[in-house]
Amino acid sequence: MRQSLNIVVVSIGTALASLNGASAGEWEFGGEIASEVRYFPQSAQFPDQFDDWQPSATVQADLRWQSDDGKHQIVVIPFGRLDAQDDSRTHVDLREGYYRYVSESDWTLLIGAAKVFWGTVESRHLVDIINQTDGVEDIDEEDKLGQPMVKLSLLKDWGQLDLFVLPGFRTRTFPGSDGRLRFALPVDTENPVFERNARRGAVDYAARYSNFFGNWDVGLSAFHGTSREPRFTIAQTGGSLLPVYDRITQGSLDVQYTAGAWLWKGEAIVRGGQGKTFFAGVAGFEYTVYQIFQKPWDLGLLAEYLYDGRDEGFVVETFGLTSEAPFTAFQNDVFTGARLAFNDTQDTSMLAGISVDADDSSLSMFVEAERRIGQNWTAELESRLFFNVDPSNLATSVRDDDFLTFRLTRYF
Amino acid sequence: MSNTRSKCALKAALAATLFGASLLSVPANAQDQRTYDDDPVARGDTPESIKGYEIAARSDRSDSGFGDSKVSANMILRNSAGQITERSLSFSTLEKENETVGDKSLVIFNSPRDVEGTALLSHAKILDPDDQWLFLPALKRVKRISSANKSGPFVGSEFAFEDFTLTELNKFTYAHVGEEEVDGMMMDVLERFPRYEKSGYTKQKAWIDQAVFQARKIEFYDRRGGLLKTLTLSDYREYDGVWRAHKLAMVNHKTNKETDLIYTEFQFKTGLDESDFVKGVLLRIR
Repeated sequence: MRQSLNIVVVSIGTALASLNGASAGEWEFGGEIASEVRYFPQSAQFPDQFDDWQPSATVQADLRWQSDDGKHQIVVIPFGRLDAQDDSRTHVDLREGYYRYVSESDWTLLIGAAKVFWGTVESRHLVDIINQTDGVEDIDEEDKLGQPMVKLSLLKDWGQLDLFVLPGFRTRTFPGSDGRLRFALPVDTENPVFERNARRGAVDYAARYSNFFGNWDVGLSAFHGTSREPRFTIAQTGGSLLPVYDRITQGSLDVQYTAGAWLWKGEAIVRGGQGKTFFAGVAGFEYTVYQIFQKPWDLGLLAEYLYDGRDEGFVVETFGLTSEAPFTAFQNDVFTGARLAFNDTQDTSMLAGISVDADDSSLSMFVEAERRIGQNWTAELESRLFFNVDPSNLATSVRDDDFLTFRLTRYF
Repeated sequence: MSNTRSKCALKAALAATLFGASLLSVPANAQDQRTYDDDPVARGDTPESIKGYEIAARSDRSDSGFGDSKVSANMILRNSAGQITERSLSFSTLEKENETVGDKSLVIFNSPRDVEGTALLSHAKILDPDDQWLFLPALKRVKRISSANKSGPFVGSEFAFEDFTLTELNKFTYAHVGEEEVDGMMMDVLERFPRYEKSGYTKQKAWIDQAVFQARKIEFYDRRGGLLKTLTLSDYREYDGVWRAHKLAMVNHKTNKETDLIYTEFQFKTGLDESDFVKGVLLRIR
């Protein structure tokens, strides 16, 4: 973290120095403050874990500067969370902090911490590998830590090419021993282990080509570096898990075919470096029915199949000391979901989904609902429920962690 | 899962693009006029349809050669109880190469703040669905979205998606139904009938003035043939031969809800080109 912050500070400092005397430009300030409470109706499964309520607050500032000609941009987005129950969830992160040069021709250069998203499907973000997951935020793996990078983008007639140099690997965050939604043993994030040619401070590399051809949108990516997903080993004390990060090489493809109200989506990866080279994929569709019941409501129907061929070795209960690859919950799963947009002035919408493990029938279900209040507030409800969890399923350690979250956010 | 907010933003942005793409280009007498070939199907072969098509074509082509434009706008939504909700947006538009395609547009949301930075890129078509990509700033995600939803309203506004491609000449067939004097101006009155699929309208009736050939009022008739909405276009200003309405007021007669779209000053020939409307530009907006 310190190293990545240094990179960011130095790069922004350099950028500012180079702009000294250039056009004055304009600063923009914004941000959001949220208060949320999570409720866990079931008693905790493991000692140390809290019961019932988890109040929490977050702050995110948003500072932007752009030169008058728009060629030079600076973005700084710090984030912080204060959590009443889980010390590990109380944390700060520089989500974004970069300088970007936008050339008049067809390239841009970004230096600093940034967020990058790759992918098309909804149930899992398989090909999305640049940023580390901020695992204390939620278990949906959608919250990401800022990744230090130098990124060169070329926008050409033949598509877009992005080249990345990624110094400053970020280790994944995990709930602490007090926290819910964790493994049977807490993860000791202070003592990561680097194996299989991985080492602390190693630089990672990535490249991506993306373009569209008629109704097809295609992305082809390659990554060589430290796996964002850790394996685990039990600490010698026996009381915690140590995350183990490997050096991997991964190629990936993401596609979408858009045909009327149908979106057909797919993502696939091939990864080497964690046991035998393996394949994983997600494929499915999103179909939208417009103006259901003669109302302005739109109903989106989603279905996706998930496959992952990695060699996990032991299952969760034994914490696979010899596991070749990181655990995954998506070996052979089916996701179905529905999205309802009310198309009202307050942008009210709901999303619900169910994932079923096709091997052991373990079920996980979620519902999210959101509505704007006035001009500057939003209210959100989220819930996740686990049913019929097989003792050998990865979800077994969170089977008693059904929860309901209510969040109120004020935007500035 | 992708956040529910994605969908809200999606709707909001979709709404916006169409504004950007087309109502903007309610046109007039630009200098460097391009020449266009008539579409024989849109033109038809009766005297009424040919006259209607020619009036619509003169109107649509009156801003031919505008090149590109940038403008900001406020959208004011008013419900039947008079409560107001506002949105602010900015649009960049690149003029179509010819009448077999539509304009390219980029729309960015500035408020409400929870959707700030949401952007939509559209490559408009005539009879096929448009190509559209949405940028969701919180996730840094660019998503190709369906544009099949022609008749749906969005973000609670009284504009339907298809209302924003009103001036794409070849999307309709026409009939000239007469002349009327309104507010001291002589108007041609046209009826036009959507050629594209899934329209929510059986017909539209448009009043186009005979002085500078701009649409001043449009009535929308629903699938049962009843009058559904009226759009009034006003505060026309001329920019070096190109006319733009700066206030578009849509009233829904069934719900008594209204939506106003108020534009600031337009900027033309700002130096935008094709490369400013490729998918990749969405990633450098924020």
